[in-house]
Parts: sequence; C-alpha cells; structure tokens
Amino acid sequence: MRVVLAEDLFLLRDGLVRLLEAYDFEIAAAVESGPELTKALAELTPDVAVVDVRLPPSHTDEGLQCALAARRARPGLPVLVLSQHVEQLYARELLADGNGGVGYLLKDRVFDADQFVDAVRRVAAGGTAMDPQVIQQLLSRRAADDTLGALTPREREVLELMAQGRSNAAIAAQLVVTERAITKHTSNIFLKLGLPVSDDDNRRVLAVIAYLDQGR
Amino acid sequence: MDASGTDRDTGAGAGRARAALVAGVRGLALAVVGFAGSLTLFVLSALSIAFVVLGVGVFTTPPVLSLVRSWANRRRVLAAEWSGVRVPAAYRPFPEAPRTGVMGVVERCRLMLGDPATWRDLRWLLADMTAGFVTALLPAVLALYPLEGYALAAGLWRVVTDGTHVGWWFGFVPVGGQGSAFLAAGLATVLLVAGFFLAPALLRVHFLLTRAVLAPASGELAARVQVLTETRRDAVDTSAAELRRIERDLHDGAQARLVAMGMDLGTIEALIEKDPRAAKEMLARARRSSADALTELRDLVRGIHPPVLAERGLGDAVKALALRLPVATDVDVDLPGRAEAPVESAAYFAVSEVLTNAVKHSGADRVRVGLHHSGATGVLRIAVTDNGNGGARVGAGSGLSGIERRLGTFDGVLAVSSPAGGPTTVTMEIPCALS
Repeated sequence: MRVVLAEDLFLLRDGLVRLLEAYDFEIAAAVESGPELTKALAELTPDVAVVDVRLPPSHTDEGLQCALAARRARPGLPVLVLSQHVEQLYARELLADGNGGVGYLLKDRVFDADQFVDAVRRVAAGGTAMDPQVIQQLLSRRAADDTLGALTPREREVLELMAQGRSNAAIAAQLVVTERAITKHTSNIFLKLGLPVSDDDNRRVLAVIAYLDQGR
Repeated sequence: MDASGTDRDTGAGAGRARAALVAGVRGLALAVVGFAGSLTLFVLSALSIAFVVLGVGVFTTPPVLSLVRSWANRRRVLAAEWSGVRVPAAYRPFPEAPRTGVMGVVERCRLMLGDPATWRDLRWLLADMTAGFVTALLPAVLALYPLEGYALAAGLWRVVTDGTHVGWWFGFVPVGGQGSAFLAAGLATVLLVAGFFLAPALLRVHFLLTRAVLAPASGELAARVQVLTETRRDAVDTSAAELRRIERDLHDGAQARLVAMGMDLGTIEALIEKDPRAAKEMLARARRSSADALTELRDLVRGIHPPVLAERGLGDAVKALALRLPVATDVDVDLPGRAEAPVESAAYFAVSEVLTNAVKHSGADRVRVGLHHSGATGVLRIAVTDNGNGGARVGAGSGLSGIERRLGTFDGVLAVSSPAGGPTTVTMEIPCALS
C-alpha cells in the first residue's frame, strides 16, 4: 500500500515513516510543505495520504486545504488528517462530500501503533476514522437529547465506537463480546434513532455522524 | 569703545526696524490673503457639507476639506517660521489601504466629517477672517501707516485740501493744512515708534490666536492620556497574570509529567531484563503520562492562542468555539478579511467569555453570535444574544467588566442590554482595520 506523508517536523515525519514501514506500507513520498504535498498527491496517486493539518509555508491549515483540494480533484482520494487538536469544524469539512475515505485523528493516536495503522488501512479502504474526541464532543452536546437518552449505556458505547468508524468485528474485539452481540446492539441503535439499516459499514458510519451532527 | 557701542546699538536698531517692517508687510499679506482665502474656503466648505444631504456633497467635501487642511497647514508653517509659534495638527489618520471607487470616497468623507479636527479647522476659518484679520492688520498698520503721515507732512496734503477745509483724516487727526499735516506726522512718529517695538509681537499675537483656535484642546488630550494610562496598566496586569498562570500550569502539569515519564523510563531500563512483566506495565504507565501531558499542553495552548484562530482567523475560530458549547449556537460571520493578531485574540477571548457566561448563568437554550466588520466605520462589531433569564450587568462580578477592561486596550467598548426575564445582548465594538 503506497502512502504519501506530509508532516513538517522532522522527528515526527521520521517516526511516522518508520512506523508505517514497520507495518509494510510503502512510503511513496514524505514531504514537509503544502506545495510539495499538492504535487505529490497529483503525481504519485497514492493509496492513502497521511497529512498534518498545519504545514509550511503559511503554517495555517494548509495541509487540510491541500487534502480537501486533492479530494475535489480526485473524489474519494483516501486522506487521513492528523493534528495536535481536533475541531468539529474541520471534521465536518472533511466529511462534507459524503465520499468516505476520510480520517481525522489527534497525533496522540499514533502512540497506539496497532490502532493507528488500523485507522490508516480503514481509510485507504474507503472507510472512516474519526477521533474519539470528535465523537465525544458530538455526544456530549446532545447529552440532553431524548432519543440518545433512550439508549442503554452499552448501546451508547457501541454508538461511540461505531461513529469513530470501527467495524462490528473491531467493536466486538474492543468490548470483548461476540460480533453477533454487537450486530444486535447496532440494529437496536438504528431502530431507536430512526436511521435506515445498512449493511455497508461506511454508509452506516456516515449516517451516524450525520445524525449526531444534525440540528446545528 | 563708545563708538563701537554706538555701532552695535545702531546695528541692533536697524535690525529691529527691519524686523518691524518685515512684520508689517507679513501682517498685511496675511490680512489680505488670509481673509480672502479663509472666507472662500469657509463658504465652499459650508456649501459642500450642506450638499452632503443631497449626495453631491459626499464627492465635493473630501477635496474641499483637504484644501482647508492644506490651507491650515500652510498657516502652521508660517506660524513656526515667522513667529516661532508651534501649532500642533491632530488629524485622524486615514486607513493604510484605502478603498477605491465610490465606497472609498464615501469612507473618506465620513472619516473627515467625523474628525473633530475638521470642525476645529472650520471654526478657525471663521476666526481667521475676523479676529485673525484684525490681528494680522495691526502690525501692518503700525509699520506702514506712518508712511502716509510723513507723506502728508511732506506735501501730500495739498492733493487732498487747499488749506481751507479738512480734506483727509490721518487716524484721528483731521488734515486741513500744513500745520495739521505736521500733527499727522507726529502721530505717524508715535505709531512708528510703537510699531518699532510692537509689530513683531503683534504678528505673534495673530499666530497665538491661530493656535488657540486650531490646536487640539488640552482637555481632550488629557482625557486621552488618562484612558491610555489606565488601559495600558490593565493590559500589563492582565498579561503578567496570564504569564503567571501559564508558568504554574506548565510547572505542575506537563513538566511534572515529563519528569515522571523520564523516571519511569529509567526504571524500565533497569527492569527490562530482570522483570519484563513489570517493565511492560511501567511502559504502559509512561505512555499514559505522555498522553496526559499532551492533553494538558493542548488545553494550555487553547487558552493562550486557540489553534483554529491561528489557522483560520476569528470567524472560523468562533464557529469552532460554538460547536464545543452545550447550547445551540448560531454564528453569523461577515468579515471580509482578517484583523491584526492581537485584536483577533482579544475579540476571540471576549466572545469566549461572554458565551461561557451565557451558558453558565443565563439558562438560555439558544445563543446567537454576530461578527461584522464595517469598512465605512472601521469597527468590528460583535453581538452575542441569548434567550435566557437576563439580569446580566457589568461590574456585578460577572466577568463582563474584565472583558470591558481588556477591550479597552484596543479602544474597544462593551454594552450590555439585559432586562430581567431576558433576552440578553452583549455588544462589543473594536475599532480596527482588516487586511
């Protein structure tokens, strides 16, 4: 799997390269600025891009803008955005085209290499990887919501993991239950929230996030 | 020795006579040109400003007022050159990147009419064509009028009378023959002596009058200095307190965690072969410490300068802030550019604090934030409205007075409308330019 990596700090870039290579990714390019990223994304057609939000030369959200532009040019281009802080505002912009293949994680998530690499693979496969903080913010803002209040604590837990983009199998592994139990929970959740049931994992994730984000 | 002393006296006397004569000529020029110029400009300005109502004035007023300014500035230069009187100018600056086209003209007109210095200029035009005219004429009279008296005594009286009647008045002396012509010469001498001593001083009086009308009132300046002193002290106090808080947070938080992490890593190094299980446990703890340290640093950074503010500017930073609130918040942004970083930061934290107040105390379930910048007035206007219980007040320990103080550093103001029962609207205005 070919990866284009954009990160301006040498230590982090080097660490990410080593980490991804250790998990058998092929680093097509590891760049350190916005213009280089745009060029690499256009010329190298990677399977997935791992991009830091803040990049030189402007040191604003240049990485995010480059990623969004690349996705407009090539819809569905898998992009995993990393940042020192997560904002729902940015998450929305990444999810807005509804194409999937989007990840948005805190840089801290790299600490857990297995989970991080799982997220990269998921995004590359057209799935979603939303940072737990983004999902928690969404949930906490709808804490007073009656519909969400009707969920059992376990169902809330499953909803949270589902919104992060995890598959039923992954959720089952994390909560140490069978996959069938999770399937049951998810159909209950969809019933209670009034969402159409879908077998497609990605559609399912996007529907849940959209549900949580609505009314704002 | 005596001779040289006399020479010096003669030299000083000649210099003085020249100074008096120069003052007279200058006074005459000032009186004539000044009167004509000031009268013309005053009439033009008054007409132009009156026509602002019809729209035409908007286009004519800026050039006319610019003429008035250069006319006044010319007088300032003369005051300094001729009499050493410094008349300070205090016109408000125009924006660094003025707009072009019709909007630019409108903005210029508005800025000029809003400047107290413009109205001082117009007042001065009135004073200049009246009192100014008289004070400029006096040195001219003292220095030049006596020449006529001597001319009369020398025989010019014959032109105006045949000696049988009063044909001419020189000052208060009726000239009716050689005798009274000599009297006129006497008066001329008195005037000349007076002019010799007084003409430069009288010209100076004219410029002192100019200064009295044209210079910004010292009360205005004193009040401004008072405000600046207070807001500067507040700004210094606030930033010192902030630095202390940041130091404490780093010291007790991230720094301590990094120390603990380093210690754990040392222990792990020692344990890794003896007791791999314990080493693994400590590794997990070290990783947790690093994650906690990161979380604390992130919160700290958000409190110093929110990353979205740096990346996207005020509008998106407030939108991101609204998304974090537990209360439904609409944000309406109309900002054609970005303000300077300190202004953005102050505005952001002001909004943040007002929103926190609204969420904590008002019991509102709907908040609206409006951010608008008007190029015409050069003011960033922020309105935060909630549908809560109302009763918010500045100075009631509500944090609103703190916001007011911090906005004061930027000449910003805060107004609260919060009747009991709500709704509450907090309006903040900060004068600033967008780039």
